[in-house]
Amino acid sequence: MRFQPLPVAELPAAVREIRKEIIRMLGTAGSGHPGGSLSAAEMVTCLFLHEMRHDPGNPKWEERDRFVLSKGHGCPVVYAAMARAGYFPREQLATLRKLGSPLQGHPDTRFLPALEACTGSLGQGLSIASGLALSMKMDHREGWVYALLSDGETEEGQTWEAAAFAGFHKLDRLIAFLDYNKFQLDGAVRQILDLEPLRAKWEAFRWDVQEIDGHEIPQILQALRKAKTVREQPHLILAHTTKGKGVSFMENNNYFHGVAPTAEEVQAALKELDGDPSLSQELIAAGKVKRGGK
Amino acid sequence: MEKKLGLATRDAYGQALLELGRREPRIVVLDGDLSSSTRTALFAKEYPGRFFNVGISEANLVGLAGGLAQAGKIPFISSFACFMTCKGYDQLRMAVAVPHQNVKVVTSHGGISVGEDGASQQSIEDLALATSLPGFIVAVPADEHATRALVYEAAGLVGPVYIRTGRPKAPLVHDAKTPFRLGKGILLREGKDVTLAGNGLLVFEALAAAEELAAGGISAAVLDLHTVKPLDEPLLVEWARRTGAVVTAEEHQIWGGLGSAVARTLARQHPVPMEFVAIQDTYAESGKPEELMAKYGLTSRHIAEKARQVLQRKR
Repeated sequence: MRFQPLPVAELPAAVREIRKEIIRMLGTAGSGHPGGSLSAAEMVTCLFLHEMRHDPGNPKWEERDRFVLSKGHGCPVVYAAMARAGYFPREQLATLRKLGSPLQGHPDTRFLPALEACTGSLGQGLSIASGLALSMKMDHREGWVYALLSDGETEEGQTWEAAAFAGFHKLDRLIAFLDYNKFQLDGAVRQILDLEPLRAKWEAFRWDVQEIDGHEIPQILQALRKAKTVREQPHLILAHTTKGKGVSFMENNNYFHGVAPTAEEVQAALKELDGDPSLSQELIAAGKVKRGGK
Repeated sequence: MEKKLGLATRDAYGQALLELGRREPRIVVLDGDLSSSTRTALFAKEYPGRFFNVGISEANLVGLAGGLAQAGKIPFISSFACFMTCKGYDQLRMAVAVPHQNVKVVTSHGGISVGEDGASQQSIEDLALATSLPGFIVAVPADEHATRALVYEAAGLVGPVYIRTGRPKAPLVHDAKTPFRLGKGILLREGKDVTLAGNGLLVFEALAAAEELAAGGISAAVLDLHTVKPLDEPLLVEWARRTGAVVTAEEHQIWGGLGSAVARTLARQHPVPMEFVAIQDTYAESGKPEELMAKYGLTSRHIAEKARQVLQRKR
């Protein structure tokens, strides 16, 4: 049965729950990428629990919309959203990164066939999503292909090969979110390889571009609505976000790009996501929180 | 041995694609601005709605194919062998091999018989790269008949296949009735003293070497091991057993091609003295194809010489 979209009013609570699942999963796994999972929580929640046409009970449903997580290291947010949508029991989230788990460290269709692509080698997802969108166009299908890109991965040349292709071929069934959280593994994007002017670059590649606050659910939904009215162009939603969003000691702290929270940090983060930042504040005051390059 | 030239294997590929386009509507062809060289241009002309020239962007070419396959299409993707495998390797790995997508990679300009264009266009590593990708079937047809048959066969099975074609006209060693199966080698000539096992253009050279050897009283069997992976181990082991010595012959770098696969199989199943005709860990250069094949040791004379050497090591 097709997934029944959550009412908009219920999305903020769902986002909060998904952030908590991310923290729990990564804490249990002991490794993984919190920062870029948390920054994409609103976008992924809006897609999986509201916007996308899909059927968790029948993941290969022919009429489904497609989603490609190009920033493969952000998979915890997608796993959490999939569990919430009913693809698998939420208990399974605790198996993240464990031997034999469907929830591989980076998305792997061999272990979780409901995914559309194997990603984790950055820069590849937009090509795969373009192939899906091209097929949709060839067959005059009505669906949508969504992709989620990181900012750092647009340093990969392949991203721009795909961008040129999709623009030239007017793949207007393709909607890409760019999670512009301003950090990559080694530090700030603007210091490593500044992407600006990023909007102008995508526009130059013939994309329909909108710039939003990627943590504002109404802006995300509005951008999706508007994108779907623009024909003959692929769509980029350039979403300004905060890496580690929702957990004060992780926000803009690039230490948490690829390091899982400790048990103490998990406890503090969960409490903070429930509205009580006291433990987080204690951790910070005690100088216990490691900080990463800015 | 009389040399009757047939079509270049890339020309046979172009023809086979046309036929496949008629038979199978799910086939989509992608090329990276080399369609007049890889011969996918024939398909492009006949089926423009199912052909995409993606421009000079091999990484995107392979990634698109992964997406199209995920959507249920059967992409045939073509470029020069060196560009497809070297520039598209990470994409062949992540968008095709890991998810075991139904993508058919058919390259042209394999080997050094490319000729005058020189080392940058001559692929000598593609088979090592392609066979390293788990789940890939990898084949090198010897002539136009082999090419057509193997391309049809590839279209009919689900999963990734790599087929290397070549630029020059290829001497005929098979005919339209030869039964081809991917993974099944073909015995072209029986013999008692040594087995010559080759693929691609070197199959004809092996047949010519067998004639030269016969004139000197040496009886050589000849196998076309067109599929490097999976190798036809039963056929290979049978003839290694019957003849007690094996020479492999291929238009590829000696590291990681047919010779490596044959040696690995025989080491486990039936060790015999072996010799290898291949490119000896070097890049080639500009020149006429036949000049290059002679300079880099890939002719019937070289195969016959290696056969005489290996016979001296037979017990």
